[in-house]
Amino acid sequence: MVESPLVRAMLRIVTGGVLVFIYLPLIILAVYAFNESPLGGWPPTGLTLDWFAAAAESEAIRDALLNSLIVATVSMLLALVLGTLAALALQRYDFFGKNAISFLFVLPIALPGVITGIALQSTFKLFGISLGLHTIVVAHATFCVVVAYNNVVARLRRLPRSPEEASADLGAGPLMTFRRITLPGMRTALLSGGLLAFALSFDEVIVTLFAAGPGARTLPVWVYGELQRSYQLPVVNVVALVLVILSIVPVWIAQRISGNEAARGGRY
Amino acid sequence: MISRIARWFSARPRASLGALLSAPLTWIGTVYIGSLVVLLAHAFWSKDSFTGKVAPFDWTLDAFGQILGNPVYLAIALRTIGIAVLVTLTAAIIALPVAYYIARIASPRVRALVLVAVTMPLWASYLVKVYAWRTILQANGLLGWLVAPLGIEGPGLTEIWNSWLVLTYLWLPYMILPVYAGLERIPTSLLEASADLGGRGWVTFRRVIFPQLIPALAAGSIFTFSLSLGDYIVPDLVSDAKFIGNVIYDNSALGSLPVAAAYSFLPIAVMMAYLLFARRLGAFESL
Repeated sequence: MVESPLVRAMLRIVTGGVLVFIYLPLIILAVYAFNESPLGGWPPTGLTLDWFAAAAESEAIRDALLNSLIVATVSMLLALVLGTLAALALQRYDFFGKNAISFLFVLPIALPGVITGIALQSTFKLFGISLGLHTIVVAHATFCVVVAYNNVVARLRRLPRSPEEASADLGAGPLMTFRRITLPGMRTALLSGGLLAFALSFDEVIVTLFAAGPGARTLPVWVYGELQRSYQLPVVNVVALVLVILSIVPVWIAQRISGNEAARGGRY
Repeated sequence: MISRIARWFSARPRASLGALLSAPLTWIGTVYIGSLVVLLAHAFWSKDSFTGKVAPFDWTLDAFGQILGNPVYLAIALRTIGIAVLVTLTAAIIALPVAYYIARIASPRVRALVLVAVTMPLWASYLVKVYAWRTILQANGLLGWLVAPLGIEGPGLTEIWNSWLVLTYLWLPYMILPVYAGLERIPTSLLEASADLGGRGWVTFRRVIFPQLIPALAAGSIFTFSLSLGDYIVPDLVSDAKFIGNVIYDNSALGSLPVAAAYSFLPIAVMMAYLLFARRLGAFESL
């Protein structure tokens, strides 16, 4: 033991305090969702489930949720295809300018989102492209490519080439080798990359506000609008709580994936 | 037919590479890089003062003149960079003990639990987390209620320090995770050697641990700095002190697009400089 008991105790206390700091706002949010008072001061005046009913009936929320799901699904699929193609090219081949190209794919998340947002918006405007769900998809796919790319590249780096060579030696064509050997090897990387891209798109608001037209609201855009107007904050509280609870789902799936991988002896 | 095509490609690596790269490269090249070029060109285009419309290819330096001629733009730039630096330092100071606890003090079971507990909020909606802080900080919120018996008023939603607090809250996990990974890589024997040679706790930390953590801290700081630098939602929702992002967003909607574009040069240049600086500290090997 290098650390003295005092140091160990202090580190434990600091970590506990930071965990409280991290979770306290989320707990407050959960309490507010059940708050009877529509004014939103602390402490809550009483408990009610009315705001859940109001949120469930809201057509604006339903439309925004549907828009978010559509955008996240299409952006994820686009990002997976583009990211996988880029990963295969950059991992399997050596060529001039390779480093510059891999830097290009990372750029959309290295630069602040506000830059990506205004760059895309001014381009859409210049070419007379009307803003809507399609422009949100274009924006999201652009910064989701890097997520898919990173996951697949990391996997390809660890994946041995010998099974592919064996497959070719045994007479399988390149297409069959890809379908039977390479693709199964990449499967969990595609799954976790897709999950991350979906979550990133579903949650994004900084770039989305630039790319969204007046009619095309995703759920975060709807929440932001409500926060600025403050007309129906109790309903926003409910949506916020549901979003926090939903965010556990990808963590749970990711744990399942990595757990299964460990169970299979960490092969893929 | 398809397998015929596949066979043709498999014998020709150059053609395969081209086929693989063409779609993603076209996308990033035209959509992203193309947009950046369009944005930067806007900075040099004039704006019809009557209709407010941008006049493409009508070259002028007016937008830059407007920014340089108004000291508010400089103040906002300094404020944003200052808060981004402060957020990064605060996150580093909080992350060090937490990461140290996870890496070296916690039992394996507790370690796994705390790691999940730190990672989980990264998946929770960004906007929801900002909103949660808004409810806590507002005049009649939890914080105001807690300090009221002491005769102090709550912070309300105007203080610039609210932005510092909330941005630190949002990006803290991005600092904890690389620092934890960096600590994991330091062998215990090294710390024992330092202790054997008479290095007390603080000396060991300062002379053995900290120097080895610099790449990890630099890697984490890329996230905390970049994400704080470009944010415009947090300053809008919890304070009334505008950031660089607010100037860009507000000008894109109602004001002058050339001014927004010209002002965009600033965060791009700052970020490029920061990435070069972080690379010197070895950040990219730690990502």
